[in-house]
Amino acid sequence: MISRCNHLTKIYGKPNGWSLDVYERECAGYQTARRVLTTMTAAQAVDEAKKANIRGRGGAGFPMGVKWSFMRPHPTKPAYLVINADEGEPGTHKDRTIMEENPHSAIEGCIIGAYAIGAHVAYIYVRDELHLSKARLWGAIKEARAKGYLGKNAFGGNYAIEVYVHTGAGAYICGEETSLLNSLEGRRGEPRFKPPFPAQTGAFGCPTTVNNLETIAIVPTAFAMGCDKFSALSTLHDMKDGGCRLFGVNGHVNKPQVIELGVGVTLRELIYDIGGGVTGGKGILGVIPGGSSTPILTPDEKVHAPDEKSPMHKWHGQLVLDVPLGVDTMRGVGTMLGTCCVTVLAEGTCPVLAMQNLMAFYHHESCGQCTPCREGSAWLDWTLQKILDGKASMEELNNLSDIANNIMGNTICAFGEGTAMPALGFLQKFRPYFEQYVRGERTRKDATLTPR
Amino acid sequence: MPFALTADRERELTDILTRYPTRMAACIPLLHLCQDQHGFVSDEVIAFVSQRLDLPTAHVKGVVTFYTLFNTEPVGQHQVWVCRTLPCALRGSGDVIAQCEKKLGIHVGQTTKDGKVTLRTAECLASCGTAPMMQVDRDYHENLTPERVDQILTKLQQ
Repeated sequence: MISRCNHLTKIYGKPNGWSLDVYERECAGYQTARRVLTTMTAAQAVDEAKKANIRGRGGAGFPMGVKWSFMRPHPTKPAYLVINADEGEPGTHKDRTIMEENPHSAIEGCIIGAYAIGAHVAYIYVRDELHLSKARLWGAIKEARAKGYLGKNAFGGNYAIEVYVHTGAGAYICGEETSLLNSLEGRRGEPRFKPPFPAQTGAFGCPTTVNNLETIAIVPTAFAMGCDKFSALSTLHDMKDGGCRLFGVNGHVNKPQVIELGVGVTLRELIYDIGGGVTGGKGILGVIPGGSSTPILTPDEKVHAPDEKSPMHKWHGQLVLDVPLGVDTMRGVGTMLGTCCVTVLAEGTCPVLAMQNLMAFYHHESCGQCTPCREGSAWLDWTLQKILDGKASMEELNNLSDIANNIMGNTICAFGEGTAMPALGFLQKFRPYFEQYVRGERTRKDATLTPR
Repeated sequence: MPFALTADRERELTDILTRYPTRMAACIPLLHLCQDQHGFVSDEVIAFVSQRLDLPTAHVKGVVTFYTLFNTEPVGQHQVWVCRTLPCALRGSGDVIAQCEKKLGIHVGQTTKDGKVTLRTAECLASCGTAPMMQVDRDYHENLTPERVDQILTKLQQ
């Protein structure tokens, strides 16, 4: 079901929409943070946040309020809030719009979040390429500090909050939370073993919460509305997947865009009603539901959940394109919701070349720490190039699944799964195309990503 | 010759150091400051950063070589990055790359003979809804058409 809303996007595109002036006038800016800091205890704020059922917007979908509740005051160490704005998952283009068009929502969210978890410092980790985003965030911090919303006595009280922007230097892996923490500390961005989890040992060895930028930016809206009411904006509210969020649609659609909707929209609605349909009126080859690490879905796939006790049973037999997009529903159809930005591949697109394009990405971005991922991502890329060149044997094609399966579960971080799962998805769903290259029935000439 | 920051950048470094509980955390921000000034991270820059932040040279070098955006060799006056990843590729980034190579007379990864432009491909730059796109120095250029690419490159070559 399409339910449009404009909590974050209300001021998108307005003249100086990113300024404090507009944010205060149009969005009742900073009134919610003031109310939380002056009338609620930190524990009350965490309890309230849990009711919003905000599932982490960065891809993993962990409940934000529950994550906040893991933070325990430490006798000697300070706590930190770290915001992940290292947006770099292929197909994901939502956080940048918030930083550029509504940066104050993120700063206000940081104030509420930091207060709730007992932190006095929040770092927003922005990928270095996003120069406009960084400038807008710094501008917002400066404006908020000048008004006394940040600083030693935020809102005239006795709670100190500072927010800083920190930048990376072009490494996708730094979107992984422990890698991001290493990068923040001035190290190579290699992921850490978990446990210990960031809530125990995070930034600078101190208790830390890492939230995605969109997650924290929607917090003021949820608190302003009342977190129960906010959660009910979603048709998947009962599955504890609440509220509204930014949806992206890109690839072969007529109107690629970012839009704010209540959770519960289907892929079909996103592609046809929001995205204006597939380019050239073509059919759909496949849909990547939420960033390149989420396995591709094909339009003829159906939900198989005959067990009446299964939470997916009510969609049993329906096409996956008609299932509401949610963290648990997408898991239920064998993929992931990820970042909620949908990439559409039209009929005529070569799935082998599409997979090779993505594997080249993972090959380039593997941090190199774990052998299965470092070597496996390279083998996947190289073998696919050989297949496209018509130089691979059937045995080599069969090896691809083995390589992917040997990455799964054998790496420190989830990058390994993020590489292997989409690889296996392509291999299972488009096997005939791969075989055609091996048999010489398809050649590089057929390998297009822009079908006419 | 040993590397030194300009007075403005020294002041910025002082400000950066106030943000973190450790000096090491200033490593990446300081490397950015140095690269902004020097164009690339030379051995002298590495020595400077390690000395200013009390870090072993090996640590700084490890950081520099980990991150794509630190140049370890001199680069052109302007940096052109064309996104090549799937969402842009579905909307024609392959043609954009070919057009850039033709117009600049170089391949991806190379710098024009006059030292003006370095052409590279980038992995997803979070602009999938406005693909294809390229980044020129600090600016994003989105919804590219062949005409637009031509204009952008012509301006850089002047």
